Amino acid sequence: MLSLFLLLPLLGIIILNLPIKIKMQTAGLLYVLFLSVAQTIVVLFRPENFWSGPDFCGSFLKLKFYTDNLTLVLLLSIGIVVFTAVLVAWQMVSEPRQRLNFINLVLVSMIGMNGTVLLTDIFSLYIFLEITAVSAFILIASQRDIKALEGAFKYIVLSALATVLMLGAIAALLLYSGDTSFASVSEAVKNNNNIIVISAIGLFICGLFIKGGLVPFHGWLPAAYSAAPAAVSVLLAGIITKVAGIYVLLRLVTDVFGPASTINSILLIVGIISILVGALAALWQDDFKKVLAYSSISQIGYIILGLGCGTPLGIAGAVFHLFNHSIFKSLLFVNSAAVEQQIGSTDMNKMGGLGAKMPFSNATSLIATFSAAGIPPAAGFWSKLIIIIALWQTGHHAYASVAIVVGVITLAYLLAIQRKVFFGILPDELKNIKEAGIWIVLPAVVLASIIIGIGVLFPLLFNSFMVPVSSFFK
Amino acid sequence: MDIINTILLVVLVVSAIWTVMTPRLPRSAIGLGITSAVLTIIMFKLSSPLAAVFELSICAGLISAIFISIISLMPRITAQDRDIRQKEHFHKYWLLPIIIVAAAIALSQFALPTNFNLPAEPVENDVRIILWNLRHLDLLGQIVILLAGAFGVAILFKERKND
Amino acid sequence: MISDMSQVFCVFSIGIILVFIAGLYCLIATANLIRAMIGLELLTKAVTLFIILTGYVTGRVALAQALAITLIVIEVVIIAVAVGVILCVFRHNKSVNGKLLRNIKG
Repeated sequence: MLSLFLLLPLLGIIILNLPIKIKMQTAGLLYVLFLSVAQTIVVLFRPENFWSGPDFCGSFLKLKFYTDNLTLVLLLSIGIVVFTAVLVAWQMVSEPRQRLNFINLVLVSMIGMNGTVLLTDIFSLYIFLEITAVSAFILIASQRDIKALEGAFKYIVLSALATVLMLGAIAALLLYSGDTSFASVSEAVKNNNNIIVISAIGLFICGLFIKGGLVPFHGWLPAAYSAAPAAVSVLLAGIITKVAGIYVLLRLVTDVFGPASTINSILLIVGIISILVGALAALWQDDFKKVLAYSSISQIGYIILGLGCGTPLGIAGAVFHLFNHSIFKSLLFVNSAAVEQQIGSTDMNKMGGLGAKMPFSNATSLIATFSAAGIPPAAGFWSKLIIIIALWQTGHHAYASVAIVVGVITLAYLLAIQRKVFFGILPDELKNIKEAGIWIVLPAVVLASIIIGIGVLFPLLFNSFMVPVSSFFK
Repeated sequence: MDIINTILLVVLVVSAIWTVMTPRLPRSAIGLGITSAVLTIIMFKLSSPLAAVFELSICAGLISAIFISIISLMPRITAQDRDIRQKEHFHKYWLLPIIIVAAAIALSQFALPTNFNLPAEPVENDVRIILWNLRHLDLLGQIVILLAGAFGVAILFKERKND
Repeated sequence: MISDMSQVFCVFSIGIILVFIAGLYCLIATANLIRAMIGLELLTKAVTLFIILTGYVTGRVALAQALAITLIVIEVVIIAVAVGVILCVFRHNKSVNGKLLRNIKG
């Protein structure tokens, strides 16, 4: 029944656009919430009929899907972040036409992301990455203010450049593999070791670095994240960049291209540079969302470091940090949406002392800060610890030390946000603000409880969550 | 066969260079259409007639029409403006033909490894069967991206009432 | 036959790389948003030709055509959305000069 992940959102889009006289945006909201919660439940409880039963809906479609643990972790993240983003959008956007547009585009991006994490063919991967990217462009530009349009255009140009590089690589690999499925491509890479194949792999990985926002190709990321409407930032930072860049990199390096030592060295270098540049740039920013954007670059560097280790522990740590990052970064962006809704801007110089008036946002953003900086008992502590242990075990002592130092810098700039926004003195013109609406507080509380829950229960989860993920990767 | 292919390639590169170097934007869009047409002929010679037809009708037709329609929205510029822009344009772009010629000479010195040993015979030789029977996921993807494009056009092209 | 194919492959690859360089130069050197789109289109044409060439050289003509057709469809959608963004920028700024947008090249 796996094709339901792709077909149900498509059904939703078709139904929502029929000229029937009901309140479409409410129906759409309920449908998207139902789909995202259903996706989460199906992954967590794994009913046998769903995962291994015959695919009635898709049997006339002849599709082949992955169902291993990496895919499951990402499907779970997609479900959680879409749930959050749609509730935040409901609060921030009030016009019915715009709400309906948002719901439609979120359904399209769900098809794109679910397709990307499920499929086994390198050209279909390109198609679904483009679907995700197109829905992201339109979402960023949907409110049509000039900064958002500028961010969207930069994203379009760089994403198209990444596409061209990836397609060139796919065509070059087609010279040796004859077919575009992952199995044939990995066969071809194993058997041929000449300059064309190696440069094709290099081009492909460069394209993925651009899509994932890694240094030195991160030019579009701060502009797009900070200028996008609040709910779109949650979706973009929480899951779209991760699926488009990082999941594909994980899947290809472990399954298709094989963990070669040159690829690992490149990943380690790019990872450490991303961590440093992201953290140092985040220290200087004045805008709440720009700090979070540069912090995203830094955290994705951690994931790439974990991947570059090449050991099962490192890769398991990378996957776990990917999940944690989507949770805590979404939570931080939800908090910035709450602040933006009450104050009307994201400039931190105008804020201060909001903690007394917005207790829920304050508490949840503190929890997210702990997770991002790697402080127990938040879940981020465990994933960073695993990555650093994996780095130490493979002998990269220098990288591990830099990662620990940057962890301290991460704590510094995130606490600086807390101080500037939530603590301190309340300016006079903000005396009348209240806590953000229920639709923003509710997902924030849900995400914060997930962070605490995973952090506290992690020793228990170790056997059921980590070991299956790591044992898959040899 | 080789002479015709080489001539077509040279025409392709020259039309691409002209598309970039011409200072007036409508001519650049027409140059893009001409490049598409030459690409169609090359694809036809490389035994890909269906893809050539798609390229001709969509790229040389639809995309050129899109470009010309957006360019026609730009305000008209006066003759003096045009001369100033022309000078600025050539200032920026005079380097391109030199780079192209240098790259052509440099690249023709390399030899690429060309023993493409493929694992098996092709599964199917008919484009229609491949597209409709074997690659269903691609078809689903195309339908979805066309829907997404329709949403994008509907959202972005609409005039805002309080602009 | 083999040497004929390999010669075709090498000659066409040089042509493709030259068109790629032209498109990349156009994309990098321009401040006008529409010209940036034209540069992107040239890059896409180079890649389409590369896919068709790969199909021809290895005999997988049908697969290459299917991929190229899909690629063309997706490119049309991307261009349409990009033109939509440019239109909104134009309505706001009354110009498509990228330098008026603060951080366009970065």
